[in-house]
Amino acid sequence: MFNNFDGKVVLDNLHFLIEGMQTTLLLTVVAIIGGLLLGTLLALARLSPFKTLSFVAGTYVNFFRSMPLILVIFWFYFLVPHILGRPVGGFYSVLVAFVLFEAAYYCEIMRAGIQSVRQGQIYAGQALGLTYQQNMRYVVLPQAFRNMIPILMTQAIILFQDTSLVYVVGIKDFLVSADLVANRENRILEMFTTVAIVYFVICLSGSLFIRRLQEKFNL
Amino acid sequence: MNYNWDWGVLVREPYLEWLTSGFTWTIVVSLTAWVLAFSLGSVIGIMRTTNSNLLRRIATCYVELFRNIPLLVQMFLWYFVFPELLPQDAGMWVKRGMPMPEFTTAAICLGLYTASRVAEQVRAGINSIGQGQRNAGLAMGLTPAQVYRYVLLPVAYRIIVPPLTSEFLTIFKNSSVALTIGVLETTAQARQIEEYTFQGFEAFTAATVLYIIVTSIVMLLMRFVEGRVSIPGMISLGAK
Repeated sequence: MFNNFDGKVVLDNLHFLIEGMQTTLLLTVVAIIGGLLLGTLLALARLSPFKTLSFVAGTYVNFFRSMPLILVIFWFYFLVPHILGRPVGGFYSVLVAFVLFEAAYYCEIMRAGIQSVRQGQIYAGQALGLTYQQNMRYVVLPQAFRNMIPILMTQAIILFQDTSLVYVVGIKDFLVSADLVANRENRILEMFTTVAIVYFVICLSGSLFIRRLQEKFNL
Repeated sequence: MNYNWDWGVLVREPYLEWLTSGFTWTIVVSLTAWVLAFSLGSVIGIMRTTNSNLLRRIATCYVELFRNIPLLVQMFLWYFVFPELLPQDAGMWVKRGMPMPEFTTAAICLGLYTASRVAEQVRAGINSIGQGQRNAGLAMGLTPAQVYRYVLLPVAYRIIVPPLTSEFLTIFKNSSVALTIGVLETTAQARQIEEYTFQGFEAFTAATVLYIIVTSIVMLLMRFVEGRVSIPGMISLGAK
């Protein structure tokens, strides 16, 4: 039980764990930025009047959304070196997997956000003589973005949790670093409990922050 | 890109058998976990809408606890840490004694995790009905339990069919996380075929197609169900 719980092992390997957490955060941030950019393009494509474009974007989104993330990670871990013809290291393959996978989810959030702006607003803009670009820039997108903020941030927390799945290809993120220490020092109980607590604290603070934001700005 | 295509590997033994057994495990794990997630999630979700402070607080703690730890970490906690916390005999039984320890652990872990998400949907469904119906029920002399049974729940479940469908698809995809504790489901088998034959492209394509087929069938089926159970004039709502 907890009576032989040895917290010292965590402190001794703190440096190693922090390095792992940096990898986790790097992966999260790059995946968010890449996913958002690609996701926005996909959302615009999905809402565009060109049938082919919206069909292609729709297929992309449905394709990635029906696959488990682990399978996507395996796919790109295998595929990227094959396409480039040389080994690039697991980290970059996994990064590609995350950006492409998350883009599908961000696309759906963006699309819902844009569609959440009421049609009347667009008509009002047109009645005022705004051009399409002006209407988008000053009327639709500011409101859409405001509506999307909480969901975008929730998705970021989910993504942060999902990065732990890089375990399956052995990228040294937070969880894998802890796992290595746990096996080396034979301290499974301490290490995994610590990992769980760290993830819990970060994610809970994140979601409480989002809730506060929602109440304050009445999002 | 030079690659030796060999689609035949998928129908050769033992690889075909690996894929079928993997697919079976995916289905079995998902369904078992779903039964647990749906029943427990309903109870927790209902608790979050009751008038009792204590019940509400317990349910909120449950949801926050299970939602804010990555599924993979939870899998490890149940598989590696939980048996250590039990008295020695019970711990040994959980590790090796109980039937199919990996499968049982994976299904329970996935079920408990998804229950927190189902609970949020159930709560959103009940809350979207509004206080008026609850008050009307109470005013007619129904007990709180009867209000839930005859007034709130029948409507709430019909409203949350679409979000529950996507939760089911999530559990189905998340069942792949079970491979980390040694359940050889579809994704694990595809990976294993890649490692044995180097035909990764074929193996992963097979797994992808299997996932897409099941997703499509579930979506078609649920679109039909949605049409049958939707409440006229009501737009279905889901929690986010």
